[in-house]
Amino acid sequence: MTAVTRAPATPAALRVTGLSKSYGSHTVLRDITIDVRAGETLCLIGPSGSGKSTLLKCLNLLETPDSGEIWLGGTCLTAPRADVDAARARIGMVFQHFNLFPHLSVERNVTLALTSVKGMDREQARQIALRRLAEVGLSAFADRRPAQLSGGQQQRVAIARALAMEPEVMLFDEATSALDPELVKDVLAVMRDLASGGMTMAVVTHEMGFAREAADRVAFMCDGRLAEIDTPDQIFERAEHPRLRQFLSQVL
Amino acid sequence: MAPSTPQDLASNALVNTFFNWDLILQTFPRLITEGLLNTIVIAIGAIVVGIVIALLAAMLLLSNRWWIRLPARLYVDIFRGLPVIITVMLVGVGLPAAGFRPFGTDPFGYAILAIGIISGAYTAEIFRSGIQSVDPGQLQAARSLGLSYLKAMRLVVVPQGIRRVLPAMAGQFVKDIKESSLVYLLGLAAGQRELYFIAQEEVARTYNSSPLIAAGLCYLCLTIPLTYFMNHLDKRLREGPKPGNPLAIADPHPQTPVPATAGEKA
Repeated sequence: MTAVTRAPATPAALRVTGLSKSYGSHTVLRDITIDVRAGETLCLIGPSGSGKSTLLKCLNLLETPDSGEIWLGGTCLTAPRADVDAARARIGMVFQHFNLFPHLSVERNVTLALTSVKGMDREQARQIALRRLAEVGLSAFADRRPAQLSGGQQQRVAIARALAMEPEVMLFDEATSALDPELVKDVLAVMRDLASGGMTMAVVTHEMGFAREAADRVAFMCDGRLAEIDTPDQIFERAEHPRLRQFLSQVL
Repeated sequence: MAPSTPQDLASNALVNTFFNWDLILQTFPRLITEGLLNTIVIAIGAIVVGIVIALLAAMLLLSNRWWIRLPARLYVDIFRGLPVIITVMLVGVGLPAAGFRPFGTDPFGYAILAIGIISGAYTAEIFRSGIQSVDPGQLQAARSLGLSYLKAMRLVVVPQGIRRVLPAMAGQFVKDIKESSLVYLLGLAAGQRELYFIAQEEVARTYNSSPLIAAGLCYLCLTIPLTYFMNHLDKRLREGPKPGNPLAIADPHPQTPVPATAGEKA
């Protein structure tokens, strides 16, 4: 982590330079440089074990990179004295297994960070939660426990929970992979709405249909490297990278 | 009903030694008016001290850094490994003798401290195992929302971890109630006597063990309901609100017939 204190010339919503990460002798990410432009939907695709999820988790420092820099707007998250908690509050994340808090009501899941991070009072937070839950079609479920909801509903609550913080960037880590097929489309619909509404999104996904239709750019990762990054059209219709062609022939 | 045969004599002596109802009934008023309250005070005090120490120790035990874990590890190993009587004597007699008298000469405070320290060592391990059993994704989700480590632990991880270990906690609470009797070793003033102390005084006076049976019944009246209460609490938390609760049945979106656990495999 070399100390460059000057913000890059053209601030992207999220900018990653020279990011590397290894677990012991196993290198997961090799010198990744990528940016997520403000308002764009960037899909990360690639075979399992290619490092997509690790890269995503580095973006809000749930995984600590070994080297490289991450900039959120004008804030360097990898600086030695960076306020990581404050940065995370500006980045929403949606997980494969939803990770709702099972001991709290749906509403409290959404208000928890509003009251305990943003210091909002309970009533104000409640209003925001109900509005966000309504956006994902679940305001009637505010008093339920997460376990009383289907997987698709839980994931939509998780999206509402992240959106309630009004994040600058949303990260989706295989948000539909754990869902039964018939529940996937509701979650994808919410994600499409977000994308078309101008939210800046980085999406790790196996849903090639979603990547093709909703993404502004698609990044293909293999062996911890960023192998290709281009428009969905280029990636899916005119793929040249041999590993990408091989991958697409397997998943399409 | 004068005893006639030697067998009758022997069995009457046996019954009389343990179940002399006159003595039992005679001991009960003092057990209930004085002993029960003091036992409860010592036990609750020790449980509270134990939980506070245990929460702190459990957090240390969960650290990635060995030098943070080390003091907690030593504490747990030592006070789980020592006989209870040694700890009680060290704290209740040793501390005051060494000039460390936070509770003056009142044995109550030392008893609570000693039993709390022992309880904390056991409870720390119970908490640690409970907290460790919580899915790491819970901490990740909380931190991804901007919660600090301590807030995430306090609001998200620890409450879930502790719910899972309620039955083990019940066992620990029962032990704390029973061990409150060890305050006997430290001597008590009139008005401070707890169940065992009162019973033992009666035994010494009458040379009959029935008062101990009376005290034992009082302990059981505390420990057995407590165990059942904790198990009930555990069941409630596991199963959520009672099935009679309309919230659990009414489905505002009846088009979602998929079980709530759908997608949690994978």
